[in-house]
Amino acid sequence: MSTALLIAGGVVVDPESKRETRGDLFIEAGRVVDVQPSIPARNGAQLIDASGKLILPGFVDLHVHFRQPGREDKETVESGSRASVRGGYVAVCPMPNTDPVVDNGGAVQWVREEARRIGLVDVLPIGALTKGQRGEELTNFGELFESGCVGLSDDGKPLINSLMMRRALEYSKVFDRPIIQHAEDPALSAGGCVHEGLPATVLGLKGIPRESEVVVVGRDLELAELTGGWLHVAHVSCARSVELIRQAKRRGVRVTCEVTPHHLALTDDAITGFNTDAKVNPPLRTDQDRRALIEGLQDGTIDCIATDHAPHTNWEKDGDFDSAPFGIAGLETALGVIATTLVAPGLLSWRQVAEKMSTNPARIAGLDAFGPSVGREANLTLIDPHASWTVEPARFLSKARRSPFAGHTLTGKVVTVIRQGQVVTP
Amino acid sequence: MSDAVITKDAPATAQWTKKDLLGLRELSAEEIRLLLTTAESFREISLRPIKKVPALRGKTIVNLFFEPSTRTRTSFELAAKRLSADLINVSASTSSIAKGETILDTIKNLEAMKVDIVVIRHAVAGVPHAIARHACASVVNAGDGSHEHPTQALLDLMTIQEKKGQIQGLRVSIIGDIAHSRVARSNIWGLTKLGASVMVCGPPTLVPPQIAECGVRVSWDVREAIRDADVLMLLRIQHERQEAALVPSLREYRQRYGIDTERLKDAKPGVLIMHPGPINRGVELDSAVADGPHSVILDQVTNGLAVRMATLYHVSGAAKLEGMEP
Repeated sequence: MSTALLIAGGVVVDPESKRETRGDLFIEAGRVVDVQPSIPARNGAQLIDASGKLILPGFVDLHVHFRQPGREDKETVESGSRASVRGGYVAVCPMPNTDPVVDNGGAVQWVREEARRIGLVDVLPIGALTKGQRGEELTNFGELFESGCVGLSDDGKPLINSLMMRRALEYSKVFDRPIIQHAEDPALSAGGCVHEGLPATVLGLKGIPRESEVVVVGRDLELAELTGGWLHVAHVSCARSVELIRQAKRRGVRVTCEVTPHHLALTDDAITGFNTDAKVNPPLRTDQDRRALIEGLQDGTIDCIATDHAPHTNWEKDGDFDSAPFGIAGLETALGVIATTLVAPGLLSWRQVAEKMSTNPARIAGLDAFGPSVGREANLTLIDPHASWTVEPARFLSKARRSPFAGHTLTGKVVTVIRQGQVVTP
Repeated sequence: MSDAVITKDAPATAQWTKKDLLGLRELSAEEIRLLLTTAESFREISLRPIKKVPALRGKTIVNLFFEPSTRTRTSFELAAKRLSADLINVSASTSSIAKGETILDTIKNLEAMKVDIVVIRHAVAGVPHAIARHACASVVNAGDGSHEHPTQALLDLMTIQEKKGQIQGLRVSIIGDIAHSRVARSNIWGLTKLGASVMVCGPPTLVPPQIAECGVRVSWDVREAIRDADVLMLLRIQHERQEAALVPSLREYRQRYGIDTERLKDAKPGVLIMHPGPINRGVELDSAVADGPHSVILDQVTNGLAVRMATLYHVSGAAKLEGMEP
């Protein structure tokens, strides 16, 4: 069905044309056909009043966990899709650490079909790097990419064997798709549940030193340089990792990376009182690390923001700190946290937000460029930058009902998502 | 003699208002002193022919121990019984935990039977806090992982006070596996709040670097810890630390950190030797020292009972009933 849509009165934020001005958009047959300072209303065109709103290209999340198949009590493709729309996302990449693991074409097809049936968000699966994510044998990369994967990862775990990682990077070159590494040295992180810092010492909890991430990032960068393969570093959490990636990029190594909103906003102080809502892997680290992550975003070392949306049931998060699972369900708070923590104090512009949450992740996922630009597919996220709201996990669309931001007041809210020219209602 | 247990020595301004005792870090110096003063009154009861007062009659207390313990568990059991409370022991292996029930479900089941106080020991830090958040019953932390062991620190403070007259200004050295020690942490809070100067000492692999930010001095040299110390508090070194490459061997640990009569020659004449037990004789301290004139290890045990009576008394709210509080 071809619907015409007129979005009037908003401010268009378009990294592609570098535009950040008042503009009306006219959308037809799923594409942006006109962008002007003012477009008169037209018969048959649905009118969306965007006064006071920003119109950004639709968000793309390179890193989510939808838990299905296997743990439908934590999340399903459906509940995850709803949460994605609420968060302003038009496309998401679910990780394959489900049960069974998505390590074959059939599993990939199932996920894509389910997402298509639900029809709320584009689901671009990440396939497993090794069979069963056991780290022993590479998966059939060709089969996975042909079934629709946009990247490969053993996320949840690192691929720790150096030879396997080398081969993965080498073999991936023919597909021109990223190998996504969850950088963690299990020998250094063993038994740890928080950052190895003062709060961990005071609470008597075993810590995970930042070196657990750094030694793997360092090694992977060497292997990426050796092989010419494309390395994507997931959820960067510390200053030294940012520095290593910065230097590697200068040398021309093919590396991209992502950071989560919670690592940009919170530190290990958040675990005070044994708060399992702040238990996440990689852990929240110090303020020094946090500020280095922000600088990494500002100077382009960090390419994109990805939530690593990791939902869990309440009863699991209610357990003691050691046994509670790692993970923060961040889809529905991402924009609010970024707006409040980075845009409001002037650390990031809205155009940079659009780059980090849409343009760059879309490019990494291999999508055609889209956004509020003539000729592009109309995938848009409308934001009210002044809307003040309090985070209430009980009202999440995700099955997760926990967040370290519970009770926080954020400024900046997603109001409408338009996908292929149609308003999406979660 | 009246059955009321609180004497006129209790500080008039001190009040106990907390439902739980989860750690010493969140207590004020006044609250710690209140517990110690109450404990002193209770110590006297154990010297009577009839070692019982009705202060907690009709109260139900559960000892929920997920880690093996003879000393602490028995101490709490005796404390409860001397206060006339009803106590049951639940240990992890015999409980439904072995069948996979979560800790919170176990607590909810106990609550459904209207228990008043849960005394809990667990290998994982933060479990007592998780329980206290969900339970109406009072929760007493009998040791949670490496986090805190408040009644142990209280009995250590009581013992030091008994032998030295005061805590303020004393130099206390805690020697051993600081990183994994809940006894060390609780004592650091208790001693610093009451004005002692604390040094922690052990091999670098067992002393967390951030501990210096907790108001203590740090040394890797046992001779420095012994010199000028009024109290030497020794911690048990576990065999598991050798397996985790934290110490090359217990033999090396003993050579570098063990307290024997030779090392004690450099100590102050009135130095106290303390140990939370159980002792590894011949590792962190020699038998001659453990059984020698400086050792107050058995006094610690006696005071442990009194401190636990005081703890149960205050968290149960019995103090309010007896009209002690304004």
